[in-house]
Amino acid sequence: MIRKFLPHPLLTLLLTVIWLMLMNNVSLGALVFGLILGIIIPIVTAPYWPDRPVLRNWPMVAEYVLVVLWDIVVANVVVAKTILFKRNADLRPAWVTVPLDLRSPEAITILAGTITMTPGTVSSDIAADGRAILVHCLDAPDPDAVRDEIKHRYERRLKEIFL
Amino acid sequence: MTLIAEIIISAMLVISGVFGLVGSFGLVKLPDPMTRLHAPTKATTLGVGGVLIASMIYFTAFGGGFSFHELMITIFLFITAPIVAHFLAKAWLHRNATPADLPPTGRPKGWAGQESVVEGDKSPQRPQA
Repeated sequence: MIRKFLPHPLLTLLLTVIWLMLMNNVSLGALVFGLILGIIIPIVTAPYWPDRPVLRNWPMVAEYVLVVLWDIVVANVVVAKTILFKRNADLRPAWVTVPLDLRSPEAITILAGTITMTPGTVSSDIAADGRAILVHCLDAPDPDAVRDEIKHRYERRLKEIFL
Repeated sequence: MTLIAEIIISAMLVISGVFGLVGSFGLVKLPDPMTRLHAPTKATTLGVGGVLIASMIYFTAFGGGFSFHELMITIFLFITAPIVAHFLAKAWLHRNATPADLPPTGRPKGWAGQESVVEGDKSPQRPQA
């Protein structure tokens, strides 16, 4: 019974909180309307997420978010420095193949997004069988180091969160 | 207290302005479409983030209390920016790159964006690498 009306309790909670934040106040009316949205949207969209991922290891989720936020700040400074102080002739753009150990599509999506937001790398394509990701580096004198850092810094943590 | 808040707000605004400018300058300066993609996806994230933090501090210190809207903008920006960058990169790859330009996947299959490309079907405006 409860499964039928709350197929995804976390999504319900998230939608309600987002609605309250968008309204920017915590009144009863906003809470009720947020709850209505939070209950209807998961029921309507349920067919679109047949096998939803199970998150384990919540402390690792927090660690991952903090690591990525810090890396975004660092990425901004690094890329700004590269743009301002490196001559175009000195740039070493490179394509890097990162083989994936992750299998869950959601985890791969998060990894691809993280790669794009972090220092000098943009995820550009994925292998047709979903087992490798193509990354473009703005300035990579050592492409292997970029690959190892992505695997060690992000993928290792994501493996502990998903799988 | 208000002086400290004003100093922090001004500093955040200046920082975000500088990063926004550098990101836009990168669009002009960098040599080809793929490297140009790096400038707006990174340097401007902090540019927008700085304005949002400044706005949050301003409304907490002087305006009508704490506002969550800036947090929401940040979250939506962080979700959408990589997806748009991925679309742009993929569109460029599809029009301008052949499998020979890219490193091997290390798998029996090729890159997803290249699998359907007909051999010898290159775009006319292929830039000089």
